[in-house]
Parts: sequence; structure tokens; C-alpha cells
Amino acid sequence: MKNTALTSTHEALGAKMVPFAGFNMPVQYEGVTAEHETVRNSVGVFDVSHMGEFLIEGEHALDLIQKVSSNDASKLTIGKAQYSCLPNDNGGIVDDLIIYKVKEQTYLLVVNASNIEKDWNWIKSKNDVGAEMRDLSDDYSLLAIQGPKAVEAMQSLTSHDLSSIAFYNFIVGDFAGIENVIISATGYTGSGGFEIYCKNSEVKQVWDKVFVAGKDFGIKPIGLAARDTLRLEMGYCLYGNDIDDTTSPIEAGLGWVTKFTKKFTNSEALEAEKLRGPERKLVAFELDERGIPRHGYDIVDGNGKTIGVVTSGTMSPSMNKGIGLGYVPTILSEVGSKINIQIRKNAIPATVVKLPFYKK
Amino acid sequence: MNIPSQLKYTKDHEWVKIEGDIITVGITDFAQGELGDIVYVEVETVDETLEAEEIFGTVEAVKTVSDLFLPVSGEIIEFNSSLEDEPEKVNSDPYGDGWMIKVKCSDVSQFDSLLSADDYKALIGA
Repeated sequence: MKNTALTSTHEALGAKMVPFAGFNMPVQYEGVTAEHETVRNSVGVFDVSHMGEFLIEGEHALDLIQKVSSNDASKLTIGKAQYSCLPNDNGGIVDDLIIYKVKEQTYLLVVNASNIEKDWNWIKSKNDVGAEMRDLSDDYSLLAIQGPKAVEAMQSLTSHDLSSIAFYNFIVGDFAGIENVIISATGYTGSGGFEIYCKNSEVKQVWDKVFVAGKDFGIKPIGLAARDTLRLEMGYCLYGNDIDDTTSPIEAGLGWVTKFTKKFTNSEALEAEKLRGPERKLVAFELDERGIPRHGYDIVDGNGKTIGVVTSGTMSPSMNKGIGLGYVPTILSEVGSKINIQIRKNAIPATVVKLPFYKK
Repeated sequence: MNIPSQLKYTKDHEWVKIEGDIITVGITDFAQGELGDIVYVEVETVDETLEAEEIFGTVEAVKTVSDLFLPVSGEIIEFNSSLEDEPEKVNSDPYGDGWMIKVKCSDVSQFDSLLSADDYKALIGA
């Protein structure tokens, strides 16, 4: 089991630690509901240093990225980030990721912790263009500082104007007394804020200064449990739950990051799927009655016949109702469609809704 | 860790309060702490007579679902319906307002099989 550079800090704060993707990670501190509210209403900090970081460099860096990713990375300019997928050859997804254009011919790829080795080997196997690849995962830490008060709370830590960094843009600059930190206006919560990339040797100083700067704003550490409820209220996909090696980006609703303006892994088959229309789609649903949908529960029709599967589900802390994502036949994917979720002995009625579940 | 000495316990982390042939059942302070924020308690077995160890309901935390096992055989005569709207009482007051069911037991000799507070303390290493 790996630790992050902050594991002992989390333990000292009384976090409940769990194994996650091979790392010893904080799942909660004071409790998931309170932590969720902190991020929705003020500002909270996640240690997500388990995430993987690859640097792709050189004359052919963009060629390699365009080959392996579904979104069109040629649209990136320096200081912009892009959400994307790595499609596999069989219609599924190797991983989802964020691609940052750091400078000309230099890109940072941020991938899921559980997929670091798989992604590295996959991208390497496609690198017949001679791009330079470096795995920085073990050297870099990542803090997500999220919530509506993040900008105001963190401004004193940098000479840059944080409010001027637009969503999915980033700068490389000073932060918490450290130079060359990536300050990125990205996140996985839907409540705004930043993700901060720095070296492992620097992250304790950053963490400590972030808490001092955020003190008057009620800043708190947030665990992975609240990270999951926050992302699910926005309908953001979680790799391993909602998308995986067997789900296509088209059926998962990731057509917006699947651009057929270029050739990439399996692009012809995916384009055909898009034109034809997928047989099933990932939908968002709310339960009409009490109950909590969970990953793996069956979605059934009025006769109790299984028609799909729940991929993520929880009790929404913001709305206090059962919400989830799941695959259903395309004919039942329209907003307003009625489906049922099999929860133990009962088929609980549910309605397909538009994302996000949570609206400010 | 709060483990009241006047109550009995099970290895499934439930507490049992005995009053004649009626028992009140809930989950322990240790159990609520391990589960985290409880968001739903489902009991659909009121008026049913079940054997010891059978599932009488389900408690759902944000991240996990756990079955609730009947400590001794008997008829489930009441569910604490206030938990429908305030399941968080299981976290805040597990031995009081967070009680879950009352059971009428036909055979009170079964009570001998329940754990004492000291037994339960040893079980969880408290």
C-alpha cells in the first residue's frame, strides 16, 4: 500500500483511512454529510495525490496525444486544459483524463490512480511516433481546493489574480511560498475552485498555508466519500463505475469529448456508433420514493424484467433523495422516462432526469 | 466508546434492552461510528415473526448498506418510525432516540445467549 506525502497529516487529523486504488487514503474526517456541505457552501481541501501524472513532450507529443485521446487536443492553447478519454480497440474506454498544455510540445496528462500502470502501458504501446514520455506520478502531489469561497480564501497565497483564471484554464506560478505550482481552475465537485499540482516535498507547506489562509472561511479537510457524493450530484462519470473497458464514450454521454475531426483509437467504429445511435445510454435518475440506489443494482421494467444496471448511486446530501446513474435501453433514456430500481425485494419507481442533479 | 452496562449485545453490533418478554433493539455506538452518516433505515418486517439471525431490516449509510439481524426469535411489534425522517438519530443517540424495533419474544431463555457489555467490549477490542 502506498502513502501520499500527507498520510500522517490525515491520520493526525483523525481521518478514517481506507485502501483506495493501492493508496492509503482519507475517506472521511468529521463525516461525509458535513464535509459535503462544506464544499457546497464554503471551501474544502482534498488530498488527491493518488492521481497519476504523465508528461508527454517533444516534437511528436501532440501526434501521440491525438492518436490515443478522443477529444481534439489540437484545440488546446498554452494554459488550457481539456477533459478527454482514452478509447480502447473494442469500443470501450481505457480511462478518462485531463490533458493540460503546459508549453509548446509539452502536455501533462492526469489519469485515475487505479489506472496508472494500465494507461502508461497503453499509451506507450501506441507511441510509434517518438514522443517522450515521463511518469511523474510518484513525485507529484495534488490538492483540490473546492467550493464557492475558494478564490477569495486562497487569494492571499499567490501574486496571481485567481478570479481571472477561467474554468478549465490554469497558470504556472507562485502559491503558498512555492514557485512553479500549477494552479488549475478544475475540479470534480461542481462547486468551483482549484486543483494545485506541486512536488511531494512541497505539499506539506502548501497544505499548511492553505489551512491558515482559509481559516476565516471555515476551510476543512474533505475525504473521498464526500468527493463521490459531490461528483455524483453533478453527474460526473467515475471510471470503474460508470465507464470502463466495456462502455463506449458514445453510450456514456461523452460524445462531447469524442471529436471525429481527427483519427484516433477506434474512431471509425465509434463514429459509426454515433451515427447509428447507441443501443443503450447512461442516464441520470431520481427515485420517486424512499430508497438508495447502489452500484450494481438492477434497473427493471414494470414487469420486473431487468433492462439495465445502476452504475453509481447514493442518497444526495444536497437534495436528500436517492439519485443515480445507470445504463438503460436508448428508448428509455429520454428525460421523464419511468424506470424502476430493484432494491432488495422492492422495485422502486424512478424518473430519468437532466443533469446536473444539483443546481446552485 | 459508549457501551452501557445494563444492555445486552450481539456479535452483529446490535444492542438489546430487555423488559419482560419485550426487547428493544438498535445498533451500537461502535456500529454507527463505523457506518458513518446514516441516511436510511428500512424495516418492512413489522408484524412478522422471524427466527434469530434472520434479516429484519437494512441500515444505509452514505457509502454502505448493512443488513440488520434479529438478535433472538420473536414477533416484530414496532418500528421506530421517527427514523424515516430522522435516520441521523441513529448516529447522534444510538441507545436512545435511535432505537430501531421492539420484539415480543416467545422464549425468554434465548436471552442467555446474548453478550454482556464486557463480552461486547472484548469483541470490539474497546
